Amino acid sequence: MNIVVCIKQVPGSTNVNIDPETGTLIRDGSMAKMNPYDLYALELALQLKDEYGGTVKVISMGPNSALEVIKEAIYMGADGGVLISDRKFGGADVLATSYTLASGIRTIGDYDLIITGKQTTDGDTAQVGSELAEHLGIPHVAYVRNVDSAQERVKYVSNLDNKVVNGYISMPCLICVDSEINTPRLPSFKRKSVYGDCKDMISIITFDDVEDKDETHYGLKGSPTQVEKIFEPDGKAEKKMISEGDLAQETYKILKNEKFV
Amino acid sequence: MFKKVNQQDIDYLSSFISKDRIFAGDEVSNDFAHDELGGVEAKPDVLINVLNTEEVSKIMKYATDKKIPVVARGSGTDLVGAAVALKGGIMICTKLMNHILELDEENLTVTVEPGVLLMQLQNYVEEKGFFYPPDPGEKTATIGGNISTNAGGMRAVKYGVTRDYVRGLTVVLPDGRVEKLGGKVAKNSSGYDLKDLVIGSEGTLCIITEAILKLIPKPEYSVSMLLPFETMEKAIEIVPKLICSKASLTAIEYMSLDTIMSAEDFLGKKFPDTNYEAYILLTFDGNSMKQIEEEYTKVADLCIKNGAIDGYFVDTDERKKSVWNARGAFLEAIKASTDLMDECDVVVPKSRIADYIKFTHEVAKKVELRIPSFGHAGDGNLHIYLCKDGMDEKTWDKKTRQAFFLLYEKAREFGGMVSGEHGIGYAKKEYLLKQVGDRQIDLMRQIKKVFDPEGILNPDKVI
Repeated sequence: MNIVVCIKQVPGSTNVNIDPETGTLIRDGSMAKMNPYDLYALELALQLKDEYGGTVKVISMGPNSALEVIKEAIYMGADGGVLISDRKFGGADVLATSYTLASGIRTIGDYDLIITGKQTTDGDTAQVGSELAEHLGIPHVAYVRNVDSAQERVKYVSNLDNKVVNGYISMPCLICVDSEINTPRLPSFKRKSVYGDCKDMISIITFDDVEDKDETHYGLKGSPTQVEKIFEPDGKAEKKMISEGDLAQETYKILKNEKFV
Repeated sequence: MFKKVNQQDIDYLSSFISKDRIFAGDEVSNDFAHDELGGVEAKPDVLINVLNTEEVSKIMKYATDKKIPVVARGSGTDLVGAAVALKGGIMICTKLMNHILELDEENLTVTVEPGVLLMQLQNYVEEKGFFYPPDPGEKTATIGGNISTNAGGMRAVKYGVTRDYVRGLTVVLPDGRVEKLGGKVAKNSSGYDLKDLVIGSEGTLCIITEAILKLIPKPEYSVSMLLPFETMEKAIEIVPKLICSKASLTAIEYMSLDTIMSAEDFLGKKFPDTNYEAYILLTFDGNSMKQIEEEYTKVADLCIKNGAIDGYFVDTDERKKSVWNARGAFLEAIKASTDLMDECDVVVPKSRIADYIKFTHEVAKKVELRIPSFGHAGDGNLHIYLCKDGMDEKTWDKKTRQAFFLLYEKAREFGGMVSGEHGIGYAKKEYLLKQVGDRQIDLMRQIKKVFDPEGILNPDKVI
C-alpha cells in the first residue's frame, strides 16, 4: 500500500501572533516545527505500513526551510518526501494550496491512501484535506479517530462532534485524522544518523514540474479568499441534526434559510 | 503539655483576623488532616488562612504565650507528614499569601510570598525571559514548602536544588519576632548562615513569610531525549558512564516500563514508546542549538554503544508534554495503582545509583512486595514506592518495616542519606536517627531549642 501524508511547517511556538493590520501571521522564523496534527497522520501511515507493507511518503508545500519537517518525518519512519516549492506558489489560500498539493501528488504517481491532519495550528481552516480530495476526484472522510483496517477499503470511525460514524471508504481515498487517533512516535536519532540530510530521499517539485501551467490557479493569483478580519471562533455554535428525508435537500433548505446560499 | 485551642483563643485570633479565614473544630476540612501520601493523620484545632507577616507574627506571639502548637502548611503536597498537625493546635495555611512581590532584573531576583505555587513562579519568570531552575515533580507545591524541604527535582543534575536559589528569607520566630535572613546579595560571608539553617528545617524553627529567590537567564533551547533499553540493568548501567562522559546534562531520569504503564492508565494517555523494559530520559539545554546538537550526538552515540536501542527526540512542546507529563504523574499513578503505599526517597552517591536500583529489585523479591521506583538517576536520588496491593494490615506492616530497614541500611552502606528532597517529617524520624546518630540529633535539638524554646513549632517532627 502506498500512502502519502501531507505535512506542513508551522511556527514552533504555541503563542502565534497575528498582525492586526494585515490579518496575517507574524512568523519570526527562528523556531519552526511540523504541524502537530500532521504527526497523527504520519503515525497512522507508519502503523498501516507496519501492518500491510508498502511505502509512506510525505509531501509539503512551502519554502526551502520546510525541508526540515520532511527530514523529521523521515527520522520518524517515512520512506521519502516531496517538497513543492516555488515563488509562484506563495501566498496561497485554501483553494490554491489544495490545488497545488493535488498537482504535486499527481506528479508522484500511484497512491492508495492520502492522510492529512485535521487542521494546522497556524491556519486552522481544517479545509485543505477535503478540498485536496475534491481536486483529485477521490472520496474522503474527515475527523477520523480510528482506523480498524485498510485493505481495498478503509474501515474507519469518524467523530462528528455530536455523532460518531462507523463506515467504510474505498481506496484510493483521503482521510483527515483527529488527534485522538494515536500517540505519535518520536523522531529517531539512529535514523537521523543514517539518513542525515536525506538528499536522495527528497525530491523538489517546482512550477516547471506541474502539468497545469495556468498561473492563475496557483499562489496569490489563484486565491480568491480576502481576509477581512481574524477573530476567535464562537464555541457555542448552534447544532441541527438532520436524519430524515432527502438529506441534501434538507441541508440546502437550512443553508438557504440562513442565507448561506 | 500543649494547650488545646478554646473559644477564648479563637475570639482573640478573630480580633485581628477576619472570621471567614478562621476555621475551628468541625469546620476544618479533612483535607487538612493528612498530606499527599496519607498515613499520618491528625486535625488542627483551628485552621487560619493568613494574609501577611504581621498576622503570622501576632499568631506566633500568642501561641508562644499560651503554649499552643503551630504547624505551617502550603499545598499539603508533602509525603512524610511534615504538614500534619500531630498535636492539634493552630495550622497556619499560606495559600492566600500567593503574591509575586517583585522581579528585580538588576539583581536577577524575584521576591515572593510563601504560598506562591512552583508552577505559578516558573510561568511568571519564564514569560519574562528568566529561569527558576529547581523543578520538583509536584508543580502545585508552594515555594514555602519547597524551601522547607529543600526540594530538588529534575534539573538538579545541572542547576542544583532549592537551597542554591534562595538568597534571602523573611521569617517569623516562634515568639513573634520578624527577622530578615540573607538578602539580595550574591555573596555572603557574614557570620553563621541562618538562612541555610532554615532551608530544609520543615517548619520546625520558624515560619517563612517571604523569600528572595535567585534567577538565571532562561536558556533559549531545551531538548530532551528518551533512550529505550531492553533491560533495566542496561538502562541504569549507562548512568555512571553518562556522568563520566562530562556531558552537560540538565536531567537524567530513570523510568521503568511498569511505571510508565501505570502513568498511561492514570492519565488515560499513551506514552510515545512502550516497547522496552526501561528508559532513560535526558535533557540538554543552552543558548546555541548547534552546541546542544553536538552534545546530544555525543551522548546518544555513547548510549547506543552501551546498549540503548535508539535515542528519541523530545523537542517540541507537544512531545515534551507527552513525555514529561507522564514523568510528572508517576507518583500519582503508582498511588492510583494500589490501595496504599509508602515511600522512601534516599539519595546515594551518583556512582552507586545503578547498584542501588538493582538492590531495590532484590528487596522486592526478598520481601515479596511490589516496589516500583523511578527517579533522578543523575543526582543519585531515587523515589521508591512500597505498594500494599490488598494485603492485610499485619503483613503490610511487617513487610514495609523489613523493606525500609533493608533499603535504608543499604543507602547508609553506600554513603547515602535518608532523604534527597522529601524531608524527614514524622514518618522518617527513626531512620534519620539511625543515619546521623545521637550526637548529631542532639546538636539539632539544641538548635531547635534556641529558635523555639517552648517547642511549639511543628512538634514531633524531624528530630
